[in-house]
Amino acid sequence: MDRLLFGDNQFFGVNHMSEEKARAQAMRFQDIGSVIEVLDNAMDEGVNSFMCTTHDRIALVCDHMRANPERYKDFKFMPCMPYAHKYANAVTEDGILGTLKRFMPDEGFLNAAMRGGMSLAKKDVEGITTLLVDAEMKMFAGLNTPVIFLQNVVVDLLLGLGFNEAFRIFADHVKKRYNAEPGFITMNMPMLLDALENVGVENPIVCSNINKIGFRMCGGFEAYERALREKKFRAIAMSVFASGAIPPKEAIEWVCQQPNIEAIVFGASSRGNIRNTRELVDRYWTADVADEVIEA
Amino acid sequence: MLKLAVVGLGKMGLSHLAMIHAHPRVKVDAVCDATGYVLDVLNKYTGVPIFTDFDAMLAEVPLDAIIIATPSSMHAKMVNAALAKGLHVFCEKPFCLDTKDGELATRTAAEKGLVNQVGYHYRFVGAFQEVKRLLEANAIGAVSHVLAEAYGPVVLKPKGSSWRTQRSEGGGCLYDYAAHPLNLVNWYFGAPQGVGGTVLNSVFSKETDDEVFGSLFFADGKSAQISVNWCDESYRKMSTKISIWGTAGRITADRQECQVYLRDTATLPAGYQQGWNMRYTTDLTEPVWFYLRGEEYSAQLDYFVKCIEENRANDNVNSFQDALMTDKVISMMIADAAKGASVTSEEALPEAPKKKKGFFGNRR
Repeated sequence: MDRLLFGDNQFFGVNHMSEEKARAQAMRFQDIGSVIEVLDNAMDEGVNSFMCTTHDRIALVCDHMRANPERYKDFKFMPCMPYAHKYANAVTEDGILGTLKRFMPDEGFLNAAMRGGMSLAKKDVEGITTLLVDAEMKMFAGLNTPVIFLQNVVVDLLLGLGFNEAFRIFADHVKKRYNAEPGFITMNMPMLLDALENVGVENPIVCSNINKIGFRMCGGFEAYERALREKKFRAIAMSVFASGAIPPKEAIEWVCQQPNIEAIVFGASSRGNIRNTRELVDRYWTADVADEVIEA
Repeated sequence: MLKLAVVGLGKMGLSHLAMIHAHPRVKVDAVCDATGYVLDVLNKYTGVPIFTDFDAMLAEVPLDAIIIATPSSMHAKMVNAALAKGLHVFCEKPFCLDTKDGELATRTAAEKGLVNQVGYHYRFVGAFQEVKRLLEANAIGAVSHVLAEAYGPVVLKPKGSSWRTQRSEGGGCLYDYAAHPLNLVNWYFGAPQGVGGTVLNSVFSKETDDEVFGSLFFADGKSAQISVNWCDESYRKMSTKISIWGTAGRITADRQECQVYLRDTATLPAGYQQGWNMRYTTDLTEPVWFYLRGEEYSAQLDYFVKCIEENRANDNVNSFQDALMTDKVISMMIADAAKGASVTSEEALPEAPKKKKGFFGNRR
């Protein structure tokens, strides 16, 4: 996995600090051409992995890359599914079953499962999960997708409910069908690691907030530090700047000192900002530091 | 361990269930919903006991507390049944469609000393809590006006019928969306004396309102304006904003940030300066044990649990009584909107202007 992964919040009006800023960004990236331009900038800075939501507009980026295979042959998508608001708004309107019906590519399957009523078989849940994953993956046909993530709202909903088996179903399907690594985004990393261990998902890729001020690191800062030191998993740090609350240099210097972090995901809207982050990471994340920390 | 049940597995119920199930000091002993399929999956994969009959669940399962997240028209009956069983109750908003039911539940909970809370989660958002602190410290002087807004993309086209599309069932923009900013205004300034100019308009919905506008009048001359629309696709999700004008400054707050302008006449709270002050969610948010979709959702449930553990039935941030205040404003607004315009164009014909000489003299 690349050390620096490019995120997509900035493209879709997501900003945890300011709604005004979020709206300004949404306007700036109204034209998909401006999104592609920033992705091109990232590639020119050596950042070739894109962690992106399965938002409808990403399909346009996919079309562009398929149309220019030579330019983008090394470009990697790391889809994060599902685009949660799409489902959340649907659940408000139609309830859980109505939503499943709306998004299931094959309605007959769900209807058949429903007729089973209370005698629901395990394969039904597997079937529904895998069909939903396949529907979200359609837009990436023919492109590199080495890691496929389950979004935090879904991961943390399942985790809270104790529906851990779903993680295994997802992991198995992603490996088998897409020959990809399953990834999990969470706001509750220590708790998720235990859950994944319980259902036998080994050495999982887990992306969570890891930042100096402990912003949205649920379970507590110390539990995160302990997990990074002691647990066997492939950590991706997100929100390292805590939505801008930590100055870039301080943020990157700190995160680069933490043990066992395999990658950092970051968002930026300009080549200058992408380069700044890349240079900071090059400076503070030297092989020596990583080794030292792991030994300590 | 607190023994708790969750009733109603819509969006709110399911998310409450996930958060409370992860709470280290709570055991979910029953889940109740009308849909067998969803219950069955939950039971199979998480082992939680399931019920489709609310009364049977109350009769069979020993419980300390209950979370009620059913369609709003069912709240009153379920809340009162749960209180009769001696359970502490967390109920989703809006509280009760008929304020008489709400009054009964408020009285019963008080008599029995039971913890009672309603899910107006904005009272647990750091930025809105900061506004409360600033107002209590009299930071912007005497408040004259409040603008409370909420916009979001819920109803974007005409569509089929569910409880959420019917006012009689507690559906619609007023109950679902406007209730939140109204509740914040109640929290900051108490109950209004009256309402006026209420507009409950449909944009797409056949049986309920999609936009809510109106004025609230308070005893001391202060006024509030409500502007809410849930057909606004330009917002990614619900966005609520409060702006408050005072003699010594202005406050604007949403879920992300709190912007405060203080004049040189303001009493500066600790950490604040004259001119602009910004506080962000990263500064204002307390950590929670489990995060699903915003700290405030976890924090309100944790507060409910703590009130039960510490026998603080009278110390609730979002008590039935508080929610009843919002229910009453809602019913006033419905009554006001039904009256239509207070002055019509026919009766409001302007007095004939007095003839006076224009700048260039009378041309006639």
